[in-house]
Amino acid sequence: MPKLIVHGQIRNDDWQVVPAQATELPNGKLIVPLALWREAATRLAGRGPLGVWLQPDDDPAEIADALPSLAVVAVDFPKFADGRGYSTAALLRTRYGYQGELRAIGEVLRDQFFYLTRCGFDALQPPEGRYTDAQLEAALASLADFSEPYQGAIDRPEPVWRRHARGGLAA
Amino acid sequence: MYRYDAFDQRIVDERVAQFRDQTSRYLAGELSEDEYRPLRLQNGLYIQKQAPMLRIAVPYGLLNSRQLRRLAHIARSYDKGYGHFSTRQNLQFNWPALEDVPRILEELAEVEMHAIQTSGNCIRNFTSDPFAGVAGDERIDPRPWAEILRQWATFHPEFAYLPRKFKIAVNGAEEDRAVIQCHDIGLDLVRDAAGEVGFRVLVGGGLGRTPVIGKEIAPFVPWRDIITYCEAILRVYNRFGRRDNMYKARIKILVNALGIEAFRAQVEEEWRHSRGGPSTLTETEVARVAAHFVDPDYRTLPGDDTGYRAQLVQDKAFAAWAKRNVRAHKQPGYASVMLSLKKTGIAPGDITDTQLDLVADLADRFSFGEARATHEQNLVLADVEQSRLKELWQLLRAAGLATPNIGLLTDMICCPGGDFCNLANAKSIPVAEAIQQRFDDLDYLHDIGELEINISGCMNACGHHHVGHIGILGVDKKGEEWYQITVGGAQGNDASLGKVIGPSFARVEVPDVIERLIETYLDNRFEDERFIDTARRIGIEPFKTRVYAQREANRKVANA
Repeated sequence: MPKLIVHGQIRNDDWQVVPAQATELPNGKLIVPLALWREAATRLAGRGPLGVWLQPDDDPAEIADALPSLAVVAVDFPKFADGRGYSTAALLRTRYGYQGELRAIGEVLRDQFFYLTRCGFDALQPPEGRYTDAQLEAALASLADFSEPYQGAIDRPEPVWRRHARGGLAA
Repeated sequence: MYRYDAFDQRIVDERVAQFRDQTSRYLAGELSEDEYRPLRLQNGLYIQKQAPMLRIAVPYGLLNSRQLRRLAHIARSYDKGYGHFSTRQNLQFNWPALEDVPRILEELAEVEMHAIQTSGNCIRNFTSDPFAGVAGDERIDPRPWAEILRQWATFHPEFAYLPRKFKIAVNGAEEDRAVIQCHDIGLDLVRDAAGEVGFRVLVGGGLGRTPVIGKEIAPFVPWRDIITYCEAILRVYNRFGRRDNMYKARIKILVNALGIEAFRAQVEEEWRHSRGGPSTLTETEVARVAAHFVDPDYRTLPGDDTGYRAQLVQDKAFAAWAKRNVRAHKQPGYASVMLSLKKTGIAPGDITDTQLDLVADLADRFSFGEARATHEQNLVLADVEQSRLKELWQLLRAAGLATPNIGLLTDMICCPGGDFCNLANAKSIPVAEAIQQRFDDLDYLHDIGELEINISGCMNACGHHHVGHIGILGVDKKGEEWYQITVGGAQGNDASLGKVIGPSFARVEVPDVIERLIETYLDNRFEDERFIDTARRIGIEPFKTRVYAQREANRKVANA
């Protein structure tokens, strides 16, 4: 079963991400591509909990009205160096007020965990087989690479100079 | 200058630990080459032809003597005894071993330095006016704003994987000395009618393969809103900038494709949601940072030092240096001194460990312990008493740092080129040296007057060739190194892009070409007219005609 990091804990994941080109829907809890959701929203509605995943160039505004009914929203990183998903996540969390599980899928690697979390992802799904159990356990340390980041983001909306009185000299 | 508090220090310390771990995972085979590349680049580490190259951030060009000594130590201990100042006011080491880099970063963190975001597709080091705080034409000191924005951009989680690199420059003076028109974002500090401080914001400027002069996106963004405004620009760029072709990925391409009006409308729409949010700056935070940039304890001195005036009359060599390398200061009795890193035979911008140590000592003795790097790849001691200039000159001269050529032909901007850089099509350092050797007569140089020759070894334009009065660009023709020449580029308030004069030249021809261009100028100039002004007045035709007529004549002789 694929592994997932949720709020800093490793868990087994029972959702299935339906590929972009899929024509048949498997059984179980599904995270479907935006295109499929768009054309089959009513058919999908009766199936129980549902997730939608977005490609880097999908506009999160498209699912804004449906967000309260979605159990998971996933954002795909086909390549980890494609940073569009960070803005997608920030928009979902702020402009569209999404409060449910926001999952990073695709090429999700430990050296991006910190930035992903800061932009509002609370679930991180590295590619299956990319990390051994021990490596994944060790990778949790990357969630805390920096203890007091400078700027405000989704996880801590206030910049460091609002969070703390600054000016104390370095030890 | 800015000194770290506990938060700043913790961030650079945590960065060292993070990068040490990443590098050890890479060396252990847990991180692939592709996965490690952006991580090392965002730490300024390139894998070059000879060895790795480490680019150290010098935020907006400011250095203190302790930092200079540490850089000297690093040059000595981990490199071959020298470093190279880049056109973004940073310092590069060309020979460190990959395994040593975490240790080097640790040594840097001890003196409040780092290599964060000096490369990669992220927000790069902020650049600014090397005469900030001392120039007479300054409206608003850009340094506190550059520092505030530097902190905001450091490890910004949303903008670490942009379509391409992103460079921001800040200017606060009448004369733009930060090349803000050629940056992804150019910030010009201004006051509105009510006297409130804000920014005129330019966007989409840049050099590289497609040189573009930046366009004004906002005439006035109040200081409180500058972070949210920049974030709005960055978000539009991050979402919609091209990622299919790295040569079309800079923000200038997006701005041109949409048109500035449509781009502005998107940014405004984005900003409408974020304006006034928690990133809105406060007076407390601005005052905290600005307190690091107050004037040093200047002595009260009479306007001009009479002893210095007399020395200028008595000593011609000293006067020649003062004419080029000494600059007026806002404080009576003081001057700013430029240390030329453009001595013939030395690669432009290069400096040895011994020189770095000496500059540190001279900074302590003559200039309140601080020095600055310029984007023209020279150094500045900003706060020197006029009465001590001669003593300083003698010490600089003994160390090879007093070539009286600032702003003259031999003060060339030059990238490391094919000798070091993987991207280069052609070498640039030997071209600079050949030109310097051709024009080694100081009287002739002074007669030619102000002239900027900028050399880049490839399209990426690290040597800013587009904005050189004469630009030289290395190009690859069937595996051979050739050089394309442009005339009429300029930086500053009336920035312009040079025009290509015609087919490119072999390396050996370049000094001749420069000589023909200079002759054309001298024949056509009005009294005291600068090269760039003559070039703008007469256009490139006369330059072109002379250069290619001579080349044709040479060929006939050679073939006869």
